[in-house]
Amino acid sequence: MATLEIRDLHVSVGDGADATEILRGVDLTVQAGETHAIMGPNGSGKSTLAYAIAGHPKYEVTSGSVTLDGEDVLAMSVDERARAGLFLAMQYPVEVPGVSVSNFLRSAVTAVRGEAPKLREFSKEMKQAMDALAIDPAFAQRSLNEGFSGGEKKRHEILQLEMLRPKVAILDETDSGLDVDALKVVSEGITRFASGDTGVLLITHYTRILRYVKPDFVHVFSAGRLVAEGGPELADELEEEGYEKYTKAGASL
Amino acid sequence: MGLETRSDQRPLSTLHDRSSYDLGDFEVPAGREEEWRFTPLRRLRGLHNGTAEPHGKVLVEADAAPEVTVESVGRDDARIGKSYVPADRVSAQAWNSFTQATVVTVPKEAVASAPTILRVRGEDASSAAYGHTTVVVEPFAEATVVLAHRGSATYADNVEFVVGDGARLSVISLQDWAHDSVHVSHQHARLGRDARFVSHNISLGGDVVRISPSVAYDRPGGDAELYGVYFVDGGQHLEHRLLVDHAVPNCRSRVDYRGALQDQDAHAVWIGDVIIRAEAEGTDTYELNRNLVLTDGTRVDSVPNLEILTGEVAGAGHASASGRLDDEHLFYLQARGISFDEARRMVVRGFLGQLIERIEVAEVRDKVIEAIEEELDRGAAR
Repeated sequence: MATLEIRDLHVSVGDGADATEILRGVDLTVQAGETHAIMGPNGSGKSTLAYAIAGHPKYEVTSGSVTLDGEDVLAMSVDERARAGLFLAMQYPVEVPGVSVSNFLRSAVTAVRGEAPKLREFSKEMKQAMDALAIDPAFAQRSLNEGFSGGEKKRHEILQLEMLRPKVAILDETDSGLDVDALKVVSEGITRFASGDTGVLLITHYTRILRYVKPDFVHVFSAGRLVAEGGPELADELEEEGYEKYTKAGASL
Repeated sequence: MGLETRSDQRPLSTLHDRSSYDLGDFEVPAGREEEWRFTPLRRLRGLHNGTAEPHGKVLVEADAAPEVTVESVGRDDARIGKSYVPADRVSAQAWNSFTQATVVTVPKEAVASAPTILRVRGEDASSAAYGHTTVVVEPFAEATVVLAHRGSATYADNVEFVVGDGARLSVISLQDWAHDSVHVSHQHARLGRDARFVSHNISLGGDVVRISPSVAYDRPGGDAELYGVYFVDGGQHLEHRLLVDHAVPNCRSRVDYRGALQDQDAHAVWIGDVIIRAEAEGTDTYELNRNLVLTDGTRVDSVPNLEILTGEVAGAGHASASGRLDDEHLFYLQARGISFDEARRMVVRGFLGQLIERIEVAEVRDKVIEAIEEELDRGAAR
């Protein structure tokens, strides 16, 4: 049973005098099989939490801890974190010219599983995963994310998720920029994944995706901290009342 | 209209404004001239000022397709020097100094069934050698020619490509010299009506390599694609100077040169000159240079120049970008479990690979891929 534990996490961006603290003490535990939704207004630090856990060099952890099954995640390099079982689906996946989707996926699968999959089996697996996400097989030969629409990029993030089978997946605004059809396909992918023996941390600004992906826990993020926690009913409340009362609470801290 | 010219007038360009077979028409460059200011003259071993001793040995060995003839001829052969007139001092020196020239002929309407390979091998870099190569592709013929430069040499040469009406020529010039070599070369293509010319310059080895590919169109409908891939190591100077001269209507040109640089004093120079003269209506041109800087201590000079003397173009553009490996690319690949070193390789391979995969000769393509991997190994080993 995988467990991601975040304790009193403080994260800054910028150097020296210009450093700004974005996360101001985050505590969160994600267990295998659980789906957590983190909701909050723009600028509250949701994405910073995602990127700090994944190890983006722009974000500096100033105190606190992150462990995956007791292992110190913060001591690992970015690729070690991924191989340990963490996955970050990015809000804005970058375009990598000349690196094909299939070459990229095969390299990633090889790195994460520790051995190269047989080419034939890999091709079959990739095709099935692409079919499930309604991705045209021709994408396999295209440069990674290059010229993809917003929706295509997000589908490919979920494709990677399904093929890399992490212990804990963090989805950073995977729902943003999707039309309803794409949202359904992507949500089905997430649900397929979340129903397994894995944890999901779903970061979102809108409640829309929560009609398709049912969270076990909903957290409200404001001004760099988690300020409220509840069940799915909390999402309904946010839908009706917005973030106003929480942003005020956050500001007064 | 203040910009009207006739094609016998010089363009406004200050570059390439003189050509002559006579060495005396070119002053010895001092290094401040526009066309020499990026080149380390002191490392040219006298190729530029007449002090080079002409005792070097560069051998040309040919492996011709059955439909193609390759001859070694003397200076008096009527076929050489017809399409190209030397445009700078070293080029003129080469023209006046070579003793044997290589003439490749693809007869009218012949379609070569295999690439024709010219192996140019240097055996001694301590003294200069000069060469001349003329490739004539007669009307409606098709061929691929590989120029493979290897070994140790101090070598200046001129290469002429004469592509007849409706003919097609693909050229791959591989500069895979030993580290002590100096190579200064002009590669001039002259295209007939509806002729198609594709050139790949792959520059990897050598102390100083300066290649000047140029294209001129005799008749409408010509199509030239000029690609280049280079990998510059510490201390190396690899320079590519392109000139595409659109002087007749409805011709097309594409230029895409990409390079990677690593280690102290790796220096890449790319000059991309495109002239669209007043009578070259309907010209479609685009030129691009990109450089990927892998370490500190390198230097890139990238200068695109586009001169348009008519308002009636189908398309004209240029772009130049040089930068470090993108941290966001590396982060993205690493976030999928791929190690830093492998991620770096994937990005560089991808960047150069988009051009390498266009090389039609599989054997050459594989060699280039292998050579790039060796360069990357060298970078990773530190």
